[in-house]
Amino acid sequence: MSVVTLKINDIDVAAEAGKTVLDAAREAGIRIPTLCHLDGVSDVGACRLCLIEIKGIPKLLPACVTEVSEGMEVTTHTPQLDEYRRMTVEMLFSEGNHVCAVCVANENCELQDVAIEVGMDHSRFTYRFPERGVDISHPQFGIDHNRCILCTRCVRVCDEIEGAHVWDVAGRGAAAKVVTGLNQPWGDVEACTACGKCVDACPTGSIFRKGSTASELDRDRGKLEFLVKAREENQWTR
Amino acid sequence: MERAELLEQATVAKQAQKRIRIHCCTSTGCQASQSLDVKKQLDNAIKTHNLGDTVEAVGVGCMGFCGQGPMVEIEDADSPAEKKHYQKVTPEQAESIIGSLNGSGEADAIEGDPNHPFFSRQLLIVREHSGRIDPERIDEYLAVGGYQALHHAIYEMSPADVVQEITQSGLRGRGGAGYPTGLKWATVAKMPPGQKYIICNADEGDPGAFMDRSVLESDPHRILEGMAIAGYAVGATQGYIYVRAEYPLAITRLQKAIQQAKRKHCLGAQIFDSPVDFTIEIRVGAGAFVCGEETALIASVEGGRGNPRPRPPYPAVSGLHGCPTLINNVETLGNISPIIRNGAEWFAGIGTERSKGTKIFSLTGKIRNNGLIEVPMGITLREIVEEMGGGVPGANNVKAIQTGGPSGGCIPDRELDTPVDYDSLRELGSMMGSGGMVVMDDDTSMVQVAQFYMEFCRGETCGKCIPCRAGTVQMYQLLTKLLDEKATKRDLDRLKELCGMVQATSLCGLGQTAPNPVLSTLHYFEQEYLDLLQPDPITVAAANRG
Repeated sequence: MSVVTLKINDIDVAAEAGKTVLDAAREAGIRIPTLCHLDGVSDVGACRLCLIEIKGIPKLLPACVTEVSEGMEVTTHTPQLDEYRRMTVEMLFSEGNHVCAVCVANENCELQDVAIEVGMDHSRFTYRFPERGVDISHPQFGIDHNRCILCTRCVRVCDEIEGAHVWDVAGRGAAAKVVTGLNQPWGDVEACTACGKCVDACPTGSIFRKGSTASELDRDRGKLEFLVKAREENQWTR
Repeated sequence: MERAELLEQATVAKQAQKRIRIHCCTSTGCQASQSLDVKKQLDNAIKTHNLGDTVEAVGVGCMGFCGQGPMVEIEDADSPAEKKHYQKVTPEQAESIIGSLNGSGEADAIEGDPNHPFFSRQLLIVREHSGRIDPERIDEYLAVGGYQALHHAIYEMSPADVVQEITQSGLRGRGGAGYPTGLKWATVAKMPPGQKYIICNADEGDPGAFMDRSVLESDPHRILEGMAIAGYAVGATQGYIYVRAEYPLAITRLQKAIQQAKRKHCLGAQIFDSPVDFTIEIRVGAGAFVCGEETALIASVEGGRGNPRPRPPYPAVSGLHGCPTLINNVETLGNISPIIRNGAEWFAGIGTERSKGTKIFSLTGKIRNNGLIEVPMGITLREIVEEMGGGVPGANNVKAIQTGGPSGGCIPDRELDTPVDYDSLRELGSMMGSGGMVVMDDDTSMVQVAQFYMEFCRGETCGKCIPCRAGTVQMYQLLTKLLDEKATKRDLDRLKELCGMVQATSLCGLGQTAPNPVLSTLHYFEQEYLDLLQPDPITVAAANRG
């Protein structure tokens, strides 16, 4: 193993050669916001939140796919970078239908966390209110496309770890969406092993496990009455 | 195969040609105006006039003057300098054109002037045989010296010599960005031996551009030859032509050309009985602008979704199936065989100091003579638009020229004396691009132009990265708001901010250059934006209160 030394935000950092700037920064305790990065699967550089400045390179580079090199001088936070990150998050909020109050992932959501981290309290962009659907055809899981940010973590997890490749992306531009199987209802996709890795990978409440929302609670009001009767009258059948 | 044998084949092919050749354009543009019927009637008339011994009608590729098609040209081997051009020929006129050959009456067709600046100012390198040979017959290509450059490269030059020759010629990528071709070749050539690939990028998708389509339709063997030379130079044995499905004629002709070339041992295993192998396959793309981007194109050839990925690694290091891959544009590859044939010095003598050779443009928009032109680098925009193009029809004047498609920008009329080369165009906030050149007149609203290109980008972004996916939507929205006369100064500021952000943060070239049409129109025609602005309601309310 060879080690290189570099500077991140003027702090000297030693990192294993071949590691990414994101890894090196995290190891050194420097946080760079990300959404599409997920430890354990490949990186795609899609969310553009981890863009950093490297001395001598005019372009901004994504920390998640940029390898460390000897003598590299990295800056992770500048007013410009912070502004770009804020704009990116604002655009994410304005392109989907993110209504935290009715979301299963409320307060346990990476999009929310990133919004707080970059200091986004409102979006200056016009909300698009796109017409997107919800697919609950799968017996155990559901996907709400309104909350999807197209980070493609589900696609990569399913392909690279489970090996089922149930998920993929279809459509272009604003019409791009994740699909299951050959754009079939999720419940009809035979390749799905119901492993639930996509649920674990999803940063928002887009892919969820059924039965975890309040509205899905099945209350058995008759149970109390039955118990009282059972104890008092020793009648244990309903 | 000995060189003599190839030369003999060329001579035989040449001798098989009749003295008088009537070239009839059968490219997509002219076919759309019945040129196939014209060709049929020409054939019939040759029969009825019993001229079959000396005259033949040849279906050829594009002659360039597409706005005046179908084009018919008469070339007499006894007096090759005296060509006759007929424009907008109808099938009915074919009879009189053939009749005029033996003096029985005048041709009843519009005769064009072959010495018109539209033709005389051109310098044909890539398009030298375009409109003069039948693209569907390899004999015609051999008759004009085809595949001799490949033969020469394989037998007389080492791969390193070929790379060196291309480097010294100063050729730069014609896809738009202008990366030095020799350097690209050298990088792939330097990669360790093993599986390498050559890809011809024929995914032309700029609005208003049809150069690559025309080159493929008119002279497909030239591209195959260029690819084979590239394969020999960098050590690749497999090539792919990535062409969009919207170009069915180009695909058909390429398929024919590949078969014919294989049969003549100009392609395939052991080319010309040498140890060099090179196979070419066609990959048909569904037609996505983003697939013109190298990494997205590779993903598409691999059978995946045409999404770009971050670079590095560059395709020269890790491309198709992870192997070193050389990707060149159609026009770039079209320059290869002439460079090998005539030498790097000859090529380097054409053009400007940093932009060598010629460039093909598809001249369209508000202009009298529209069509394809191949001009030496360094020619001014004014010469192209006013002399060759004949200026704007009617009483209007040129307002701007859009070059570089959705990645380029608008150049105002006051900059018309700018020489056409990579660097000057970039300095003006535009770019060479693949070669679309759209002329706009006084009546054109530049904000609308910006909106049009943004609409294009909004629809063509793959949607992988957020700045491009959502940013283009927001920019389009703001431009529409401006045009609806509902926008205030804040909206304009937001638009400018977005341009900067999308440019700086997008993943690939599509997003990084998408704001260019907005930025360049803002730079040169800001007043048009300002004229659309409405008073800010908050400021107005404050003033009323105050």
